[in-house]
Amino acid sequence: MSLLDIENLSLTIGDTQILKGVELSVAPGEVMGLVGESGSGKSMTALAVMQLLPHAARATGRVTFDGIDILAATEDQMCALRGDDIGMVFQEPMTALNPVKTIGEQVAEGIRWHTRASRAEAEDRARKMLDRVGLPEAKFPMSRYPHELSGGQRQRVVIAIACALKPKLLIADEPTTALDVVLQAQILDLLRDLVAESRMGLLLISHDLAVVIEMADRITILRHGEVMEAGDTARTLSEQLHPYTRQLAQASMHVPARARPHGIETARPLLEVEGVTRDYPGRRTSLFKRAPTIRAVDDVSLSMAPGQSVALVGRSGCGKSTLARMILALDRPSSGTIRFRDETITGKSEAELKPARRDMQVVFQDPYGSFDPRQKVEKLVAEPLHVLEKKPTSAERREMVAHALHEVGLGISDLDKYPHEFSGGQRQRLSIARAIITRPKLVVADEPVSALDVSIRAQILDLFAELNQKLGIAYLFITHDLTVARAITDEVLVMHDGKIVERGKTSEVLDHPQSEAAKALVTAAPDLHRAIAKRLREQG
Amino acid sequence: MTAYLLKRLAIAIATLVLASIVVFAVLEILPGDPARLMLGLNASADQVELLRNQMGLNAPLALRYLHWAGGLLSLDFGRSYTYSVPVIDLVRERLAVSLPLALIALALSTIIAIPVGLFSASRRGRAGDTVAMGAAQLGVAVPNFWFALMLIYVFAVWLRLVPAGGFPGWSAGVWPALKSLLLPAVALALPQAAILARVTRSALIEVLNEDYIRTARAKGLPHRAVLWRHALRNAMIPVLTILGLQFAFLLAGTIIIENVFYLPGLGRLVFQAITQRDLIVVESVVMLLVAAVIAVNLLVDLSYAVVDPRLRSRQ
Repeated sequence: MSLLDIENLSLTIGDTQILKGVELSVAPGEVMGLVGESGSGKSMTALAVMQLLPHAARATGRVTFDGIDILAATEDQMCALRGDDIGMVFQEPMTALNPVKTIGEQVAEGIRWHTRASRAEAEDRARKMLDRVGLPEAKFPMSRYPHELSGGQRQRVVIAIACALKPKLLIADEPTTALDVVLQAQILDLLRDLVAESRMGLLLISHDLAVVIEMADRITILRHGEVMEAGDTARTLSEQLHPYTRQLAQASMHVPARARPHGIETARPLLEVEGVTRDYPGRRTSLFKRAPTIRAVDDVSLSMAPGQSVALVGRSGCGKSTLARMILALDRPSSGTIRFRDETITGKSEAELKPARRDMQVVFQDPYGSFDPRQKVEKLVAEPLHVLEKKPTSAERREMVAHALHEVGLGISDLDKYPHEFSGGQRQRLSIARAIITRPKLVVADEPVSALDVSIRAQILDLFAELNQKLGIAYLFITHDLTVARAITDEVLVMHDGKIVERGKTSEVLDHPQSEAAKALVTAAPDLHRAIAKRLREQG
Repeated sequence: MTAYLLKRLAIAIATLVLASIVVFAVLEILPGDPARLMLGLNASADQVELLRNQMGLNAPLALRYLHWAGGLLSLDFGRSYTYSVPVIDLVRERLAVSLPLALIALALSTIIAIPVGLFSASRRGRAGDTVAMGAAQLGVAVPNFWFALMLIYVFAVWLRLVPAGGFPGWSAGVWPALKSLLLPAVALALPQAAILARVTRSALIEVLNEDYIRTARAKGLPHRAVLWRHALRNAMIPVLTILGLQFAFLLAGTIIIENVFYLPGLGRLVFQAITQRDLIVVESVVMLLVAAVIAVNLLVDLSYAVVDPRLRSRQ
């Protein structure tokens, strides 16, 4: 008997068809993985089960949970189910908790509401639940507010809220996407244990095949609101009968073709970072006292050759972005020097930095937030041109932008469009066009593909590889995703607590990590091959 | 938390000092000699000079500022040029009307606005919301003296429940005094309530789109509980800001309403003092209002910290 049965579920919002005849079931104690790219309707399926759909949404078909017809249930019946029999965990832990209520209040609230328990009783149960999810009393009293916790800790609180009443079904919508790999592994372990403890059904939604394979007994693959393939996880993924399944799996493991990088040994280093440290003053604890200074980057030295592709990997908060900002001369080191093209850039004025700025550009993580929505592509991509010695005429400018767009696979007709007319992947192409328009020698890319779907990610990685070969641009990739590092870089630097703890050839470091930090990253990183092999072994 | 408090307090005091310098300077620059005004057009130059000396108008500017500011601190605001009584007595008498009026109006405005805002936000786009916001639009657009006249017509002339105007003084008893403040307070409160309701609604709608509202719904809380327990407190910051501004307005910006109801309030005092060039009264009342506004702002800042724990732990 299934716990949750979704039969022929269709959903429209206005005139847009979001879901088309979705079929899915979850049995008690089973983990069902729901996989798909953005816009495939994964979250809408979950919200339909919770009946938390947007007002304009119209659902047809049948959703049965524990014998209850969900689509026909009244709001009161749904309130009784939500949080009691069905719990839900969301993607973004930073915003999923109410900032003005303590974590204790937020966990106890659902318990009090559903069980009519006294305040003390509910708080007692909330305390036990917080202990269970790994937030012990000594370090995390119930009086903590969400802003005093990190992302991973907040996600534990959200899980505590969802599981406080031992629900029969837990829906987890991309529960680890916003977390680094080590935290991801911890949260997934926690979810797995909770499922095993109380025979809870888990509907795990993710865009990451490797995560789902590690976790799920069965998977359902969704595309454009339709189920492409469904079945036993190991069999579905090892046989890859459906072309879309194959396409997803291949895109997840995609490695761009790259010839040997050119001229590493002979050339003078392009970038040299020597003993760079960055301190931030501690928070003021009272009028006259400050907490000790925070050392974000601690005595880091590195060097990069022209055309070399280097990955800077580490957990969130390890100082990799701070280091990148200093390399881009957007932040000043507290001590140490940075040389770019044999020229010291630390302590230079903005005017003196202009020639260096021409040769270094940046690509950011979020292809949505990094463009002014009210400007046209021509102007957006031409932005870095102001660092050129001679200001180009408008005809020259248009020519240069058109050329850059061509290089990233966009057309001349895109010149007069606005950013919202592009998809996420196309916008990341625009970011790259903007970065290469000045013909830089170094591009710093801060998590450039982590916001993209796997198939788009594969295309963008190809583009990076191609431009590296064609234009000889050196890359510094900042990432917590080891598959990206493996796919596109020659060397890897592992950063931990502000220090570089390990460095070497990418394949060597990732296959035989030496330092604790590198080992932790490698073991925690989901890997498709490894996961499928493990699944098959388990099933004999 | 203490650091936050001390910083806000320091800013408040600095603002007050700066404001006092500006008030003093502006009134010094304005044309018109209070001594000549008091003595009339026929006074001789010697007489005027004598009075100027008596009033201390010939002393150096800095000295006069210090004297004036020192007086303010000890609540000695000087003597009114026209009434020849201590300014503090005039102000005290008028505050007895204006302060209760402002407080009642503010309370009314809050009591009306917050429920209307909650109602509208929870029914966004539906008929109830449209009607409530239409009424609010009207409330913002229609001037308060028109409300005042309508209220007088209905409640004083027609129903004869309250007096049409005038103020019997608190010595006549609390109830009669309150009764005469009731209509003006309602007339003042309605447009303020309309503004506040719109602010409450839009702040709530913004908060209702936050992720943590979805978390609360996923806990099984019904809509009403989500609204009251999770949304309202998070929407309070813009509402408190507007409330602070409204209090300042209600304390001093009531000349028209005071005139409609023949109330001897602060607004009328300032108006008369300006027409009679009674600079010392103008200066004193303006400073008093500045102090009140700064105090209210300080209070609003503190209430932010009460509402939002993130402000408490920041510096």
